[in-house]
Amino acid sequence: MNYLYFLYIEFLAKHNIPQLFGDLTFYVIPCCIIFCALLVVVLALVLFERKLLGWFTQRKGPNRVGLWGILQTLADAFKLLCKENITPKGADRFLFNLAPVVIFVPAMIALGLIPYSSEFTFMNFQTNLLIFIVIGAMPVLSILLAGWASNNKYSLFGAMRSVAQILAYELPMAFVILSVAALGSSLNLTQIIYAQSSGGGILGWFGIPCVIGFVIMFICTIAELNRCPFDLPEAESELICGYNTEYSGMRFAIFYLSEYAMLFANSMLLAVLFLGGFLSPFGKYLSPMIFPPEISSVMVYFEQAFWLFAKTFLIIFVVIWIRATFPRMAQFDLLKFSWAVLLPVSILNLFLMVVLKYLTGGGYV
Amino acid sequence: MSKLKLNLGPQHPSTHGVLRLILELEGEKIISCEPDIGYLHRGMEKMAEKLSYIQYLPLVDRIDYLAGFFYSELLCRTVEKALGVELSKRVKAIRVMLLELNRIASHLLWIGAFLMDLGAVSPFFYAFRERELILKYFEKITGQRMMNNYFVFGGVRRDIFSLEDVENIINILPDKVKDYEALITENPIFVRRTKGKGVLDKETAFNFGITGVNLRASGVNLDFRVKDYLYEGIDFNPVVIDGADSWSRYKARVLEIKESINIIKQALKVLESEKELEQKLVNPLNLTLPEGEYIQEIEAPRGLASIYIKSTGEKSPYRLKWRTGSYYSVNLLRKILKGAYLNDAIAISGSLDIILPEVDK
Repeated sequence: MNYLYFLYIEFLAKHNIPQLFGDLTFYVIPCCIIFCALLVVVLALVLFERKLLGWFTQRKGPNRVGLWGILQTLADAFKLLCKENITPKGADRFLFNLAPVVIFVPAMIALGLIPYSSEFTFMNFQTNLLIFIVIGAMPVLSILLAGWASNNKYSLFGAMRSVAQILAYELPMAFVILSVAALGSSLNLTQIIYAQSSGGGILGWFGIPCVIGFVIMFICTIAELNRCPFDLPEAESELICGYNTEYSGMRFAIFYLSEYAMLFANSMLLAVLFLGGFLSPFGKYLSPMIFPPEISSVMVYFEQAFWLFAKTFLIIFVVIWIRATFPRMAQFDLLKFSWAVLLPVSILNLFLMVVLKYLTGGGYV
Repeated sequence: MSKLKLNLGPQHPSTHGVLRLILELEGEKIISCEPDIGYLHRGMEKMAEKLSYIQYLPLVDRIDYLAGFFYSELLCRTVEKALGVELSKRVKAIRVMLLELNRIASHLLWIGAFLMDLGAVSPFFYAFRERELILKYFEKITGQRMMNNYFVFGGVRRDIFSLEDVENIINILPDKVKDYEALITENPIFVRRTKGKGVLDKETAFNFGITGVNLRASGVNLDFRVKDYLYEGIDFNPVVIDGADSWSRYKARVLEIKESINIIKQALKVLESEKELEQKLVNPLNLTLPEGEYIQEIEAPRGLASIYIKSTGEKSPYRLKWRTGSYYSVNLLRKILKGAYLNDAIAISGSLDIILPEVDK
């Protein structure tokens, strides 16, 4: 972040614009540009999923709009934009319109909390991780609002299922996150990543000592995102579309986009916590070898972002793979699985990680 | 706890057409279920009273669009038996082969749709891939993918060809079925959602008139193919398994696909030895059945299908009634869904293989 700020001020100084202007507009101009770029990645993610699902099921996936269908998501978004926004009769208009906003904002905040490279986090607090947990649980509020305000029984069922599910899976997730925080001796995501750099490459990543935690967190992430096999809240064949049954047009598009933004953010969190975030898997960055020294100091940041995205997309690939393979779980199995299996194991995992940290001389920082 | 009335369908992704279930729920537990049918009623039985037999023949495929051959076979058979027309060996083998291919296509679609109801996307596409082979073959020989209108009174519309396609299908299918089994049968989530769910004991099944695979999955050995004159000389074992739950109904259908492949193999052998198509087609113009009542039955993919015709010697039947398997399965929902959870209800109603055009007729 500091680096970006420095570049921005320097750029303005070259054009004789006072620094005050730069200070005031820093969060508006450059950050917005990068944020828009991130949203494009999220749009690409939708296409990524549809293409992969197509290949898994022996289809071609979208291949008509643009080259290899790369403009498909844009076309879909445009179509949704043109559609009529219908508010059902008897719906609570205010809450009904509020729900998409409530889901969109936390999804965007979550994207802002991730360290994309060592010098670049939109919001770099000492307790990034904690804020992420809080933000990550916020979509359930929106789902509840949407389900309640729609005045539709299916929506209500979806919302209720969602609340039960997210409550159940939030807890083991919190315990796993605690264990990682203990390993990294920090609640700041950048510092947690640096704590993983000691082993030199893959061996230092927390995914290796904390593999149980990784698996639990992975399952919880899928459950929290309401994705298959935990997609009960929006089970198409049961509840039609769950909480967003009554949404159409742009409001639906916002729900859809937020879901993918959350998927992206949560997968990045997994990559950060267990797969070393922006660290190179080889222990050292490759860009000094590839690029001339003048630009390699800048290229390192891009390389870091590349590694993060590569790991994220690997995780997302697995998530989609699971979606293409499994049927949906039963409601009670789902809750039982969390309370009876994941929660005890995650507590055990926390205990193990604290012992490990103590034995390896981490002490209490 | 207060009750909630939920209207499931007729516009719902997993009611397989236009079934409407009025559910009374306590939380997600179903305390009563009232099926409401008739959204796809086309007056199939009434239409017959105004049409001559040959005019009615193309319509009967539409009674069950997934298993059209069975219904045209029933109508043809009634006319043939009434007029005393004998079928040659080759015609019989052609009919058996097409019926069994149709049964496989229907079961494949069911596997895909059932797994779709359970929330798995991929098996639907895999099953459709193989079903496509069968439909392509139907298109080749009959000119139609689904509403084939291929059987006529006294034989078939024209001789069959490209048997190598059928050989190809029955060579490919066992491997593919093995693939489905690997993906689905022992999948823990699938097993948890279907084992012990929607148990249909023998007595209830008899009381509700359930036939076909649903009955055989409850451990009753009742397959109307055994006594069927078309299947004379064909050696096969009806699939009977105990268990009586959704999982057994799935398993029974998978096994039945294998059994059908076995039957097709035998039919192909007959077709190879009997090269010459001999058939005496009934002249459909001025076709009348002698006065009296006629009943014929056949084992359709969704249970016993039968036809009742009362003729007064006119050009069209005086009364015509169909008995279809799904109709009884829909009625069963009243009983079998009681006490289940909404989540399981979809799986249970899916496992009974209900096809709405067959119910509403």
